[in-house]
Amino acid sequence: MTVERDVMEYDVLVVGAGPAGLAAACRLKQKAAEAGKEIGVCVVEKGSEIGAHILSGAVFEPRALNELFPNWKELGAPLNTPVTRDDVYLFRSATSAIKLPNAFVPKTMHNEGNYIISLGNLCRWLGQQAEALGVEIYPGFAAQEILIDESNIVRGVQIGDMGVDHNGQPKEGFYTPGIELRAKYTLFAEGCRGHLGKRLLARYDLAKDADPQHYAIGLKEIWEIDPAKHQPGLVVHGAGWPLDDANPGGSFLYHAENNQVLVGLIVDLSYTNPYLSPFDEFQRFKQHPVAKQYLDGGKRISYGARAICKGGFNSLPKMVFPGGALIGCDLGTMNFSKIKGNHTAMKSGMLAADAAADALLKGSEGGDELNAYVEMFKSSWLYDELYRSRNFGPAIHKYGAFFGGAFNYLDQNWFNGKSPLTLHDRIPDYTTLKLAADSKKIEYPKADNKISFDKLSSVFISSTNHEEDQPVHLKLTDPGIPINKNLPMYSEPAQRYCPAGVYEVIGDTEKKFQINAQNCVHCKTCDIKDPAQNINWVAPEGSGGPNYGSM
Amino acid sequence: MKALVSVKRVVDYNVRIQVKPDGSGVVTDGVKMSMNPFDEIAMEEAVRLKEKGKVTEIVAVTIGGAKCEETLRTALAFGADRAVHVKEEGDIQPLTAASALAAVFKKEDAKLFLLGKQAIDDDANQTGQMVAALLDLGQATFASKVDIDDNKITVTREVDAGLETLELDLPAIVTTDLRLNEPRYLKLPDIMKAKKKPLEAISFEALGVKPAAGLKTLKTTAPAKRSKGVMVKTVDELVTALKGKGLL
Repeated sequence: MTVERDVMEYDVLVVGAGPAGLAAACRLKQKAAEAGKEIGVCVVEKGSEIGAHILSGAVFEPRALNELFPNWKELGAPLNTPVTRDDVYLFRSATSAIKLPNAFVPKTMHNEGNYIISLGNLCRWLGQQAEALGVEIYPGFAAQEILIDESNIVRGVQIGDMGVDHNGQPKEGFYTPGIELRAKYTLFAEGCRGHLGKRLLARYDLAKDADPQHYAIGLKEIWEIDPAKHQPGLVVHGAGWPLDDANPGGSFLYHAENNQVLVGLIVDLSYTNPYLSPFDEFQRFKQHPVAKQYLDGGKRISYGARAICKGGFNSLPKMVFPGGALIGCDLGTMNFSKIKGNHTAMKSGMLAADAAADALLKGSEGGDELNAYVEMFKSSWLYDELYRSRNFGPAIHKYGAFFGGAFNYLDQNWFNGKSPLTLHDRIPDYTTLKLAADSKKIEYPKADNKISFDKLSSVFISSTNHEEDQPVHLKLTDPGIPINKNLPMYSEPAQRYCPAGVYEVIGDTEKKFQINAQNCVHCKTCDIKDPAQNINWVAPEGSGGPNYGSM
Repeated sequence: MKALVSVKRVVDYNVRIQVKPDGSGVVTDGVKMSMNPFDEIAMEEAVRLKEKGKVTEIVAVTIGGAKCEETLRTALAFGADRAVHVKEEGDIQPLTAASALAAVFKKEDAKLFLLGKQAIDDDANQTGQMVAALLDLGQATFASKVDIDDNKITVTREVDAGLETLELDLPAIVTTDLRLNEPRYLKLPDIMKAKKKPLEAISFEALGVKPAAGLKTLKTTAPAKRSKGVMVKTVDELVTALKGKGLL
């Protein structure tokens, strides 16, 4: 079927209105204004509004924001809670924990000068700044295909069609073909494991010289707690229980504004036990006295989850291809040693914007590789920061939380991240699962509906919604694998790693793999962790997915 | 023929409503806001009437603070030709809203006023009715079908006993129900064009409207939590349980 598609043309197209994409858009307009010229910038976002799909801790380092908007305070940026105290715990069991003395904490984990924020709200604010600078932002439209011309140059994206039924047929009176957005340069800022970013990596073989990317799933809840227990600015990080060295990760608990506590667990997707359920580990974590002391008597108001890229420096792919670049977590700029990726995402977007603006202002027609972006990246603080942290993740994978942590303390505090040693972690996360037969089944405690909850009531408060009658956006390359291979080998781990209850194995005698796509919170974990790499996440109809408030 | 459509900015229907801890209302900060779904249906109907050649101009109107401009832009992307923003911050009472909308209707000299039957935030279901009373015009509420012929409008209403069909002289007030139509998808180029369509701001004062203070919200509370269900094995057990609760 050939479809007439409208076309809109811009100088720069940004895919994704997160911190990287919006910082890039603002920077492009600032550069154009400085030069007294026009650069047309468009941002598309699959969420129903800016911020709807944004989820982050977040302790925010304002370095990149200071550069982008030195007067952010005057402009009313929502950075309202300076960090006042850092507590770091090593959790030993369900009841005990040791608080690490400050001197033994890797210095990348100190947060003086940082703020506890809602990244969703910061993105909404960045969106306002971008629109004031003249950027066109279109939320509710999902980029579905990359437009690549016969010379192998990226020319933009095609928006997904709307009004298509579950069989892929146009719905009478509703079918709305997605338009083509074309640009001289396209910046991909979809966040971790972007579905177009993934295709770009393959098409242009961008990751051939890098270590495999490493991932984690972050689960987060917002709680309103008893004002008497609330200590705005308190940051609590933890390692250890309920996870362990074979299934590593860490926890966070931040006291934000308005009597809110942001609590979460980050589980590395290199975990080995197929019976592990990140969601249930998180629910269990909240029962630990260190967390429960604050949550008790409080009220949970929001829930969400998102995968993050934690491979860092060693996993960085080539950043550019003809006609565009990867920025932010689509590239993988998170600094795992700081557990922060927002300032680095913004900086990468700003660097790409600088390069694109310089080229356009010199009259470039685009379509080339933005090598200046790579050069600017190499001489930036971002490169320096990621380089110094390159060993942090691999050390914990190789030596465990305790000895890896000790290595990181020495590497960061004694060598400043500049020791001659570089550790590599070359095992992709999807290959790490042990067979179910060789693994210990985990019995998780039942939800008490006070501190811990079940999955469905959690997804409910993520305000997730998808148009029901549309094609399933979680595509199985081989529909037989879940039941024929994953089930006998790994007890089909999708049932457990999905934080939204999308995947179920149903039926008593005849087993069936059911995909409840409407529940999907767009975290991308299935696309990453499926041992057969058989699940392909593609964008559903625009506006679908969670409607996060202040996540 | 000119049609006026009122649109209200409300908390999006997908968002789970949170009551403010002090009970003074519901949380709207950092919450996704959208056009009231019944108003979308009114907008869609106006556009369909225009496509059929029955309506020549569509004017969208809203009342509220600066952010309500977004909702008007959505209406313009739907197909409204221009928009009127009655710009007033703070809480607006139903009668005040109805008075302002009536004043805009008169000022515009429109022939048809389409409104959602109710807004999903306060579920008041009275604005259309009050506007009709204030203007002393005919009203047809809960419309599930609308036809215009010359100077008359035929409206099918959903009533308890079935369907009721009314014929009204224009100008008239029509409030729209869920089954009237299913709104279309907004197109990206239309959203872009909407940014350039005319949008006029006007105040209560300029409309000669004095804010009424008829209602005072005493308290907002969340519905009581449903208590957990019990599984029964037999009919006898069910009967005993119901009797135990005094329900049989």
